[in-house]
Amino acid sequence: MDWVTFGYLAVDGLAVGSVYALTALGLTLVYGLLRVLHVAHAGVYAVGAYGGWLAYSATEHLGFALAAGALAATLFGLFLEWWFYRPLAGKPPLIPLIGSIGLFLATGDLLRILFGPYQQSLPALEPRPVLFLGAVGVTAPQVAVLLGTALLLLGVYGVTARTRLGLAWRALAQDLEVASALGIHPPRHTALAFALASALAGVAGVLIGVYYNQVYPTMGDVPAYKALAVVVLGGLGSVWGTVAAGVLLGLVESLALAFLGNAFPPEGVAFLALIVVLLVRPQGLFGR
Amino acid sequence: MYAVTVLTLLLLFAILALSLNLITGVAGQVTLGHAAFFGVGAYTLAYLTTEAGVGFGPALAASVLAAGVVGLALGAVSLRLREDFLAIATIGVNFVAVAAFLYLPYFGGAFGISDIPRPAGPLGFFGLVLLAFAFTAWLHERVRASDLGLALLALRESEAAAAALGVDVRRFKVTAFALGCALAGLAGGLYASYIRVIHPEDFGFPLSVTLLAMVAVGGMGTLWGPIAGAVLLGGFAQAFAFVQNYQLFLYGLLLALTMRYRPQGLLGRRP
Repeated sequence: MDWVTFGYLAVDGLAVGSVYALTALGLTLVYGLLRVLHVAHAGVYAVGAYGGWLAYSATEHLGFALAAGALAATLFGLFLEWWFYRPLAGKPPLIPLIGSIGLFLATGDLLRILFGPYQQSLPALEPRPVLFLGAVGVTAPQVAVLLGTALLLLGVYGVTARTRLGLAWRALAQDLEVASALGIHPPRHTALAFALASALAGVAGVLIGVYYNQVYPTMGDVPAYKALAVVVLGGLGSVWGTVAAGVLLGLVESLALAFLGNAFPPEGVAFLALIVVLLVRPQGLFGR
Repeated sequence: MYAVTVLTLLLLFAILALSLNLITGVAGQVTLGHAAFFGVGAYTLAYLTTEAGVGFGPALAASVLAAGVVGLALGAVSLRLREDFLAIATIGVNFVAVAAFLYLPYFGGAFGISDIPRPAGPLGFFGLVLLAFAFTAWLHERVRASDLGLALLALRESEAAAAALGVDVRRFKVTAFALGCALAGLAGGLYASYIRVIHPEDFGFPLSVTLLAMVAVGGMGTLWGPIAGAVLLGGFAQAFAFVQNYQLFLYGLLLALTMRYRPQGLLGRRP
């Protein structure tokens, strides 16, 4: 393989991987606070994509699409937290996990019922090279995805590392009872974490919709288990581990597809890697 | 005849739900990859009876053995993983199994294996499946009532406390895992012979979720819970054929509503 091909594959892998990271980051945030695997997060992502598609169809403006996607996802995420996860706090983790899978299935199918089973087009950016790194052309959607992800990740880092809210989250994740005794109100903070996680998933949904120029009801299926794999690979609850694992998975998949062709399904590659990593490091790559 | 077909499939679901209940309900190990072992059993019988000319009886025994051995290996490996990690890693088992069925040269690729011999007519085969179901239920109850079952219940409540009382955590967990997988292999062999044609994607993640849902909606850790769950969710497709367009939506909603308002399942005891 020559360097130019490698460069194209690497840029594609980086773009897809950064969206994995964006989706998985929300899962990590929720897991850190609630200790549940929020499978329906992938449904929130699809809802965000549809919100963005509706807004784009009405306004033809990418900014409005991103804002509407984030808003739709946030409202849906907050509803799930309030109606489903909050009352089940303290139950064995299997119970919210199974219900969450049910919510995920219902969400995807509801989108199909409401908007039809077909792929909708979200042509906000033309896949035209706008930037050249040597001989490697980077397209407008790729720039949007990479730039958008980088800005959001910096924002999340700022919130979790530098604000009182982030401090409260970390305290809650460490020890719920001590944190509550010190005056942190868990339901409010959990809801805020859900809002941020869902907004991130919504933006990720719109960005992926723009990247592939398609929005469809089952678009959450692949992120559903891939984000889980990323979260575990990164070590549950580790923010930087999640980001690194997401980008890594995107790169590995992009290159594996080029080297192995369609001989082996990419899902198989992702999970084979996951199983191997877990055997060597049961706490994940970056977990403690 | 239609009724016999539905009943046979429901009984096979019930065997699968009970076998998963041994692992998840009784021993507390959440697995989202149970369909893979059903697939190992199905493919073992299909390959042996169509390609290797082995008779139905020995092939079915081989199905049980193959799924049990794979389960034993995986159970031993999975001991290293925490609860949530186990659930996610076992999702991967589905993808790896489906990929293996697709790409190993003996298994017919995407076309699967067809013309699998069936040793009896539909009614006779129904009797055979009923027998297998009775055996599974009996074994399930034996395990629950034995020292093994009591130890597993103790493990589910508190692994640390059980270990402190001298329960061999490793051995019991692996035994439950392997036993559950072997029974899934039994169901798989019977299924392949009954339905006569199998495809790789019959044994993927969606089926694993369905099986876990049967156990959870019915009531984990009980005998009648998983059976009721299998009948309810297995019969769901038949019963709700008139709302086919909304089937998956209703199914997902049913799961969420059950967990939200009756987390112990329909027949489970309040924890």
